[in-house]
Amino acid sequence: MHLAVPKPETWIKSTPAGLYCEPADLYIDPTRKAARAVITHGHSDHARPGHERVLATAATLALMEERYGNRAGRERQALAYGVPLRLGEVTLRLLPAGHVLGSAQVALDYRGSRIVVSGDYKRRRDPTCAGFVPESCDVFVTEATFGLPVFRHPHDRDEIGKLLRSLRLFPERAHLVGVYSLGKCQRLIALLREAGYDAPIYLDAALVPYCAVYERFGVALGQLLPLEEAGREDLAGKIVLSTPGGDDEWLRQFPAPLVAMASGWMLVRERARSWGVELPLVLSDHADWDELNQTLLDVHAPEVWVTHGREEALIRQAARNGIRARALSLAGFTEEGS
Amino acid sequence: MKRFAELIDALQRTAEPRARVRFLTDYLAGAGDPDRGWALAIVAGALDLPTVTPAQLRALAAERVDPELFAWSHDYVGELAETVALIWPVETPSENAMPALAEVVETLLRSTREEARTHLAGWLDRLDPAGRWALLRLATGGLRAGASARLARDALAAWSDMGIDRIEAVWHGVDPPYAALFAWLDGRAREPDLRNHPSFTPFMLADSLDEASLAGLDPRDYRAEWKWDGLRAQLVYRGGERRLYSRLGDEIASAFPEIGAGIAEDIALDGELLALRSEEPASPEGLRRRLMRSRASAAVVSELPAVLRVYDLLRLGEGDLRALPFAERRARLEDWYRRSPRSSLDLSPLIPFSSWEELRALRAGTRKPGIEGLMLKRADAPYHSGRHAGLWLKWKRDALTADCVLMYAQRGQADAASFYGDLTFGAWRAKTLVPVGKTCLGRGDSALLEIDRWVRGHTVERYGPVREVSPGLVLEIAFEGVAASRRHKSGLTLRSPRVARIRWDKPMEEAETVEALARLAG
Repeated sequence: MHLAVPKPETWIKSTPAGLYCEPADLYIDPTRKAARAVITHGHSDHARPGHERVLATAATLALMEERYGNRAGRERQALAYGVPLRLGEVTLRLLPAGHVLGSAQVALDYRGSRIVVSGDYKRRRDPTCAGFVPESCDVFVTEATFGLPVFRHPHDRDEIGKLLRSLRLFPERAHLVGVYSLGKCQRLIALLREAGYDAPIYLDAALVPYCAVYERFGVALGQLLPLEEAGREDLAGKIVLSTPGGDDEWLRQFPAPLVAMASGWMLVRERARSWGVELPLVLSDHADWDELNQTLLDVHAPEVWVTHGREEALIRQAARNGIRARALSLAGFTEEGS
Repeated sequence: MKRFAELIDALQRTAEPRARVRFLTDYLAGAGDPDRGWALAIVAGALDLPTVTPAQLRALAAERVDPELFAWSHDYVGELAETVALIWPVETPSENAMPALAEVVETLLRSTREEARTHLAGWLDRLDPAGRWALLRLATGGLRAGASARLARDALAAWSDMGIDRIEAVWHGVDPPYAALFAWLDGRAREPDLRNHPSFTPFMLADSLDEASLAGLDPRDYRAEWKWDGLRAQLVYRGGERRLYSRLGDEIASAFPEIGAGIAEDIALDGELLALRSEEPASPEGLRRRLMRSRASAAVVSELPAVLRVYDLLRLGEGDLRALPFAERRARLEDWYRRSPRSSLDLSPLIPFSSWEELRALRAGTRKPGIEGLMLKRADAPYHSGRHAGLWLKWKRDALTADCVLMYAQRGQADAASFYGDLTFGAWRAKTLVPVGKTCLGRGDSALLEIDRWVRGHTVERYGPVREVSPGLVLEIAFEGVAASRRHKSGLTLRSPRVARIRWDKPMEEAETVEALARLAG
């Protein structure tokens, strides 16, 4: 007997708790406590605490444990990239997403139908995590954080070059770079090291534990010093990393502070200006417009579901490329860590 | 174009003068001819390029980008030139493929507006987003707003170690892209020869008088004049050309065509440009309004009359008079003034006096707009550019004060960047506060910390970087005068205001009224 390939929306559904794969009884990045969850990566809007059984890469689990301690999930199962796991009639694989350390796309096969939920991803090289692997599928679920044609991120080396040039021009000023604590922080450090910058880099306390996890997973970050142990004079002409939004009281501990920020949003001048950023570094862990559109072509999916971000432009462009795309409204995702 | 784009980007992101000089100095150190000259001219606002309109730019984008995607993008980014620069659909070319700044500028200089638009599309295809942004800012005239000849000269001085006076002296004798200037600064050629050029002589400046020192000075060694409250200006006529230079050495003759019209002999005069009302000196606001237009029509000249009140003569005919004593230059100035035709030019009178007490009484007795106080000049002093202790002394009248209410604050600059020290304060009109001035506290101001703390605790609204505070904090503002202003709702603005102290004791209802301030306006 010939079994018809099931339509995707019959076995994977958007629910208030997030994407739900019925035949596997599995939620993907659920926003509420779930009996069984697969987590694409360690950012807090995707990896939430308190699930019963959690499936993720070993690095994502380590990052969750760092963040949540014993609330990281009662039963945690690590799964390596590419290794199939049977869940009822469904076969699940994690594939590198290139977003941050441990980040994964979730590929689900069910009765001849394949859905790939990409989580957050980018396509360019990142020395701190495995690169995105495109997988052919029937439905590709994509983010659209930078889903406008103005978002085309420059080369990393140009942005790192800007920071190094500023250090040369202003050797008396402490360069405070706002970074998201997980991912951007470590990638920026690794890129600086690749560019030959080997001076110690000062870290705000919130960044230290995640850097330690990265190093445990084999990402070398060079000499990192805790900010609270540094004297004011030590910081002139040095790079200090912290989470964005340090208040002015905090700024005053630095000699002639120069406020920089590493984020994809820094592409837009008005954003940089209104956030008080003097030195914007356009570094994003998300796919830019070209990467989003290239990815839709690479995965050959006849159908694309677009989750969080600026869906309408990506949907329009997909249609121009002959791809059927629609918005999938998922609650609870933010622009954090972009 | 790549390095120029980096420069423009950096300059656009910081208002802090020292950082801006450093960016430009760094650019000059790395750029070659003629690019560096064109870049300098653009920074100085010395180029007149054809302007591409927003409508032309929009049409250009429509040829290359889906209109719906463009509209969404424009909504998000906010600014047209920036949107086009970001969205322009080409791969980033290699640096070698990018047009040089000189190619762009020299082509634009030869182009009509319509031709400029055609060239633009070709260049956009050969640039990266930063380069496209710089190009579009240039082509739409957006770089004129931030242009500063002062910045250009400061950076030249810093880069060449030549000293600002020597740079200022030659600046107006050279034209973009300044080949002769760079040849000299590179050490490849002699200083540009400006003997027949109506060039600028940096001004002689006065020190503030320390009243305690008067006792040790002999009144007979000095001459006294009013200290006029206008804009310092130097009128130069040479080789058939008339020039008028501002305090910073900017050329402003086209804004004041009537000043010194009719002079036909080589001369250099130092004086104060004054706005007139009923033929009396008024507050300098009218001068600022005239400076805002690049060319003054006859109507503007008669609506906002001005005069150059001269008080020194630096050159006459072939003679450089600067080494002569002041008294001698003054005699020649008076002689020239008596015998020469002159338009919109008069003589600043000497004030006869025999004792310091006499002058002190005169100074205390004047509150006229147009007068800031007194000037004392040593009779035997030569004319030296810059500041020379004791030769010229300014004896300003005491500042006025008014209690005003803090209304808005934003962060200061440089050292004070983390403090809310950039303040807008207001006075009462009926039951409403309206802004009457702005002042910026530096890191050294003792009130800065207290005001900063107060602002943080009393913010009621934010508009971008600006915080609106709930009214309540009264500041005693010291100021030099009141100027009528169309840009302020109150119709006036305080001149040179600064915070004298915080009036914690004063209820805000007792602060100054706009009406009372308006009575001080000239």
